[in-house]
Amino acid sequence: MNIVDRRLNPQGKSLANRQRFIRRARKQILDAVREASAKQGVTDPGDGQIGIKTDTLREPQLHHSSGVGERHHVVPGNKEYVEGDRIARPPAGGGEGGSGGAGDGDSQDVFQFVLTREEFIDLFLEDLELPDMLRKQLRQSESSTPMRAGFSISGSPANLNIVRTMRNSLSRRLALKRPSRDELSLRQAQIDGLEESAEQPDALLRLREELDERQRRSRRIPFIDPVDIRYNRFQQVPRPVASAVMFCLMDVSGSMTAHMKDLAKRFYKLLYLFLTRRYRQVEVVFIRHTHLAREVDEESFFNSTESGGTVVSTAFAEMQRVLAERYPPERWNVYAAQASDGDNMPGDNAHAVHLLQSAILPVCQYFAYLEVAEEDGRHWGQTELWRAYHRLAEAGQPLAMRKVNHRSQIYPVFRQLFARDRAVREEIG
Amino acid sequence: MGEVLDGRISSGTDWDFDRLRRIYGHIEQIALGEMGLDVYPNQIEVITAEQMLDAYSSIGMPLMYRHWSFGKRFARDEALYRHGLRSLAYEIVINSDPCICYIMEENTMAMQALVLAHAAFGHNHFFKSNNLFRQWTDAGGILDYMEFAKGYVARCEEQYGEAAVERVLDAAHALMNQGVSRYPRRKVPSLQDEAKRAAERRAEQERSFNDLWRTLPLKPTAGERSTAAVAERHRLLGLPEENVLYFLEKTAPLLKPWEREILRIVRHIAQYFYPQKQTRMMNEGCATFVHYQIMNRLHETRRLDDGAMLEFLHSHTSVVFQPAFDDRRYSDFNPYALGFAMMQDIKRICETPEEEDRVWFPDFAGRGDALGVLREAWSNYRDESFIRQYLSPALIRKFKLFSVFDDGESDLLVNAIHNERGYRAIRASLADTFDLVRQEPEIEIVDVDLERDRRLMLRHRVHSGITLEARDTEAVLRHLAELWGYEVRLVEVDATSDRVLKTFDAAPAAR
Repeated sequence: MNIVDRRLNPQGKSLANRQRFIRRARKQILDAVREASAKQGVTDPGDGQIGIKTDTLREPQLHHSSGVGERHHVVPGNKEYVEGDRIARPPAGGGEGGSGGAGDGDSQDVFQFVLTREEFIDLFLEDLELPDMLRKQLRQSESSTPMRAGFSISGSPANLNIVRTMRNSLSRRLALKRPSRDELSLRQAQIDGLEESAEQPDALLRLREELDERQRRSRRIPFIDPVDIRYNRFQQVPRPVASAVMFCLMDVSGSMTAHMKDLAKRFYKLLYLFLTRRYRQVEVVFIRHTHLAREVDEESFFNSTESGGTVVSTAFAEMQRVLAERYPPERWNVYAAQASDGDNMPGDNAHAVHLLQSAILPVCQYFAYLEVAEEDGRHWGQTELWRAYHRLAEAGQPLAMRKVNHRSQIYPVFRQLFARDRAVREEIG
Repeated sequence: MGEVLDGRISSGTDWDFDRLRRIYGHIEQIALGEMGLDVYPNQIEVITAEQMLDAYSSIGMPLMYRHWSFGKRFARDEALYRHGLRSLAYEIVINSDPCICYIMEENTMAMQALVLAHAAFGHNHFFKSNNLFRQWTDAGGILDYMEFAKGYVARCEEQYGEAAVERVLDAAHALMNQGVSRYPRRKVPSLQDEAKRAAERRAEQERSFNDLWRTLPLKPTAGERSTAAVAERHRLLGLPEENVLYFLEKTAPLLKPWEREILRIVRHIAQYFYPQKQTRMMNEGCATFVHYQIMNRLHETRRLDDGAMLEFLHSHTSVVFQPAFDDRRYSDFNPYALGFAMMQDIKRICETPEEEDRVWFPDFAGRGDALGVLREAWSNYRDESFIRQYLSPALIRKFKLFSVFDDGESDLLVNAIHNERGYRAIRASLADTFDLVRQEPEIEIVDVDLERDRRLMLRHRVHSGITLEARDTEAVLRHLAELWGYEVRLVEVDATSDRVLKTFDAAPAAR
């Protein structure tokens, strides 16, 4: 008997199978994930319980159908029946006694299982990307890969190139005429033969001398000399990396109701999740504004409360300042997303649009504007801001705009704004 | 720590490797010495719950090739387990030499003892001694074969792409139940043998030559010629053939060599598991009987204290619980319950038979050597024949079995109950429900239309009007057509009247 402790064996043996399974059911899972995300938050995908239809997951087998034909069943637990009794048919679908191998698995139309949080978010954010990402400058940090670059005479034993080393060794041995083992043993055999017969003492003597000389030579010339040894050489090659910055501009003024703020926050949470998971190199700048704009950190952007009037241009000014200070546009891909209820101080509209047109849009790869509204959409006229932006978009500026008035619209709108497929984005834009 | 010194197990004791080894020694002594069991060497492997789920999903094999269906099974089992809808098995045991037995780390010491007795001795003995396993499975080679299979499928995926491999595996899995040979294949004579036989035949003809035979009219009629041609075709193709996967592997015209090899792998696995399907009730009954016996002996010899014994009994009774037909929990017979009850019943008949038992089982009633009788039953029977041979009237009464006839339309008719007139009918019906040949559709390949469109013809012989489930049949036939490469037709024929009931057709998707 032999007891083996397998508990520390590598976990996740079935991971490969799971990936195949998810790929197989991809479409249904995607639909289910998106449906589930409309009900619950994205950043908090709940327990990840997903139910999908099993059409592509059916494993058909040839088996008897359950409803037809004549059968005998033997069942335990008789209490009252005697021979010849009639029992009313139980309602269709098995029931008493009718479980003779039928209905196994195939009646199960919805297949329930649990997605991990990672899988959930990956599927959720699939096919999204930042548009028009350009490689503006090579950055050294974090982005070099080792590439094979010939051979070197020094290195770590792990990089020893045996083929090259042995080739050098062979050519050196040939050039220096190092006697081979076969040659030595051949002469030894000849000597042994002559010694036994003892007929040609001269030849024996000569052979012995030859052998002696060759053995000395063989000792003098090593099989592998340090000069033969070669190592694989690797060179660090910098890899171009696109660097990008995303500006999140959010209106938190008094005109924004709790509902609107909630929508805007949900949008940014999604955006933030998307950026942090997909792009390691993207920096995010949070700017919130009332009649004053301020760059804040992530924590206070999402959580702290503020109130005041609305002057949109302040946010643009703040963004301009940060851009000038830290993100020169010739080196950075600049993106911006703005969320607002479209309410602005009347006198500020012209200024804001001017700022946007002259200072922000020229350096932006993409500018997304999200207008949030009340859930019932009562005040659904076109706002000043919307009309102004619309004119800009018509003029061919890289500006996309959407309206949202319910939580369930956030995700579809988000997908439209950041779909990988340009056509999709533009068709609706 | 007296408990460690005398090695007694009390309830709630955690296990450790030392205790495990000691209790294994005690169990082995009882199993081999007192009960006369014969087992493969054991390899006990301790695993976690997650590894148990892994093992579940790959139908219990420690090595398995990759396929999405195993991922699906894992996802479902995991969901059920995490929601507490289903608990995991205490062990999994593999019919191999050495016999691998997985035990869960969560089990208490008493449970580990139970599991060792149940799996490492009960199942192990059954695997080693039962004829079906000896004849049809190669315990010594299965692990190596699975290693090969896993590597082979992985290499194919690398070389031909996962999609291509998945297509073959999907189709092969759909036909897995039709990938089993139920009878040993006739040995095909080698060319040398054929030549030798032909020479002998010729010599015999020359020896017995009589010119008179020449005068007889010999020319076959057209009908005879065509039946002869059909017979020749059947002989060459080896038809009729019930093992569809075997037939495809050997004769499907369009399969590539690696696709044939994959079919072969799936077929071998199906064949390996077929004896387990045929002996499930006996296998579990044997293991349950063995563990019950051993645990009681451990308790008698004071190696198990009363608390641990109660812990064992609690889990034992829930394992062998058989709900009645009108119970909400009822879903068919519990193989543990029926198997265990039959084994215990045989023991009773051997030791303290009633008059009735002497009439029903004259050759072993009162013989005394219960284990000898049981060992013989374990090695020579499968579920169906075991019930036919050993189900006693006493047990029929105990379970209050009754037989119901269902004609598919009108009310159900109770046609036998646990009385003198019903015993034999109940026993026969129950044996039939454990007979895989009756429970699985009888499907065979009957012909290939070689002259025209190479259509593959299958026949389902319909017994008692039980036809195939249409939707799944169509799906399976599509898979079959994919492998065969040409059209496929399945005809359902009534077994008694040869009337055609239904025809299914499928064609391969255009490639």
